[in-house]
Amino acid sequence: MPVQMRLEDIGFSYNGTRQIFSDISFEVNSGEIVCLLGPNGIGKTTLLTCMAKLREPNQGRILINGEDMNGLSTKDVARVIGYVPQTLMPSFDFTVLDYVVTGSAPWLGIFEKPKAEHYDRAEQALIQMEIDHLRDKAYTRISTGELQQVSIARAIAQQSRLILMDEPTAHLDHGNQIKVLRLVKNLAAEGYGIVLTTHNPDQVLLLEGLVAVIDRQAQFHFGDWQDILTEKLLSDLYGVEMRLIKVDGIERKVCVAPKL
Amino acid sequence: MSVLLFFGVFLSLSLGRYSNDPSKVLNVLLARFGANVNVDPTMESIVFNVRLPRILASVMIGAMLSLSGAVYQSVFRNPLVSPDLLGVSSGAAVGAAAAILLGAGLVTRQLFAFIGGMTAVLITSLVPRILRNRSNMMLVLSGIIVGGFLSSVLAIMKFVAEEQTELSSIVFWQMGSLSSILGRELLAILPVFLICSSLLLMLSWRINILAFGDLEARTLGVNVRQVRGIVIVCASLLTASAVSISGTIGWIGLVVPHLGRLIVGSDNTRTMPLAILIGSLFMLLIDTLARTVSSVEIPLSILTGFVGAPLYAFLLYKQKTRLD
Repeated sequence: MPVQMRLEDIGFSYNGTRQIFSDISFEVNSGEIVCLLGPNGIGKTTLLTCMAKLREPNQGRILINGEDMNGLSTKDVARVIGYVPQTLMPSFDFTVLDYVVTGSAPWLGIFEKPKAEHYDRAEQALIQMEIDHLRDKAYTRISTGELQQVSIARAIAQQSRLILMDEPTAHLDHGNQIKVLRLVKNLAAEGYGIVLTTHNPDQVLLLEGLVAVIDRQAQFHFGDWQDILTEKLLSDLYGVEMRLIKVDGIERKVCVAPKL
Repeated sequence: MSVLLFFGVFLSLSLGRYSNDPSKVLNVLLARFGANVNVDPTMESIVFNVRLPRILASVMIGAMLSLSGAVYQSVFRNPLVSPDLLGVSSGAAVGAAAAILLGAGLVTRQLFAFIGGMTAVLITSLVPRILRNRSNMMLVLSGIIVGGFLSSVLAIMKFVAEEQTELSSIVFWQMGSLSSILGRELLAILPVFLICSSLLLMLSWRINILAFGDLEARTLGVNVRQVRGIVIVCASLLTASAVSISGTIGWIGLVVPHLGRLIVGSDNTRTMPLAILIGSLFMLLIDTLARTVSSVEIPLSILTGFVGAPLYAFLLYKQKTRLD
């Protein structure tokens, strides 16, 4: 089932006086990857939480498949949108399977417990993420890279077709970062819509998708990465000189800083 | 485990100051179910009027405190939390002390304790509203504030209490005892026990999700405020009911959930029923010790502390709980 999310002139303010961002409009569809770039503290995560209905924007509206999100319950939203937080903060040592099966929560009544079919779906998600060997391990005792995969597996078990990821590569070593990006790309190829925030502009070039930028002047840019990402924009964005260089042998551009 | 509990109840029925003969007790029980056996009439009276109500009370109270402890630990995402986190016990103590100072009887004292306990939880849950910060942490801090305030209130009451009679009653109440339990008190808390426990057991899987924290629960479409509200009300009712008839009993609500998690893991759909069973058994053991070990009644909190504290240390070692 294809999914479409559309943001129309979204703005957010914590206290009503200082506007964090405003006039943000873009659209994400099934099969698309949107990378959200911006300097620290500009409101990337805040925007992502607005899109998951965890926070309410004070301007504009968000439409899911044409329906205003304000009119939908958290449960309805959770059936369409999965949210993968930057870090999980486990307090009890649930097993990976017990954790992933909670993805079925939006499909169950308040007094219901997951049945065999929901456990099957959770196991399928683990297989899809290639982490089914972790199923009986405590999710407090696996690596951060594995935890990220577990978290994405839950979004899949949730059957949400649009997955929002807050810095999915933040606490990962380089190898795991590339693995997670490949995963993201595979998910998009399977028809999931993905929105992720990142601090690394080179990841945008790796994913080759759409890019949304909130710059230092809180101006919003959106479009295909080739049209939006320029050396000037990136240099302004991060306040240091940035270069986009085509590298022979890997057939892609890379985004790097020059010699210090 | 259930078999163990039944066996424990029978064993405990056979122990006591009057007679320790299990066969006599067995005869009394069989006669009640229509068997034609010789019955010692004194034993019959003791079993049904003294020992049985007390045993049932200990089983029920153990279950109530352990279940609410398990629930509180999950909801507050903290394995070091006990069911009096939100001030139930201090509220109940103030209520009971007030009744003692007013010279009221046992029933009034229990009623006051219950009202005191629930009022304390109510105030605790109102503070975050007033301060416009409804986070879990604010609720915990609010519990500390209310609990601290009530301890001072209790201290004033102890200060003005008449030393020989009132003060010693208050102190004894605070240490917990089931020595004066009657059948009708059991009937009074039975509905609370049945309704709240079943509600909590039905919500056990949702309680798992609350244990992941508000943000994650909301992204899973859970109405956090609603579920947490029901859960806290039920757990507080259980604790207040238990405390109102037994006085405060420490440790059990803290230790038993840990024991449960050590055996079956963190999934509340398994841990919560198990906590009920272990809690019943644990309390039965403690109360049986309290009434049989010496010729005078030993207050329950003394025994739960002696057994619970070392057990807790052992469990923390086994679990290797991360306390960072």
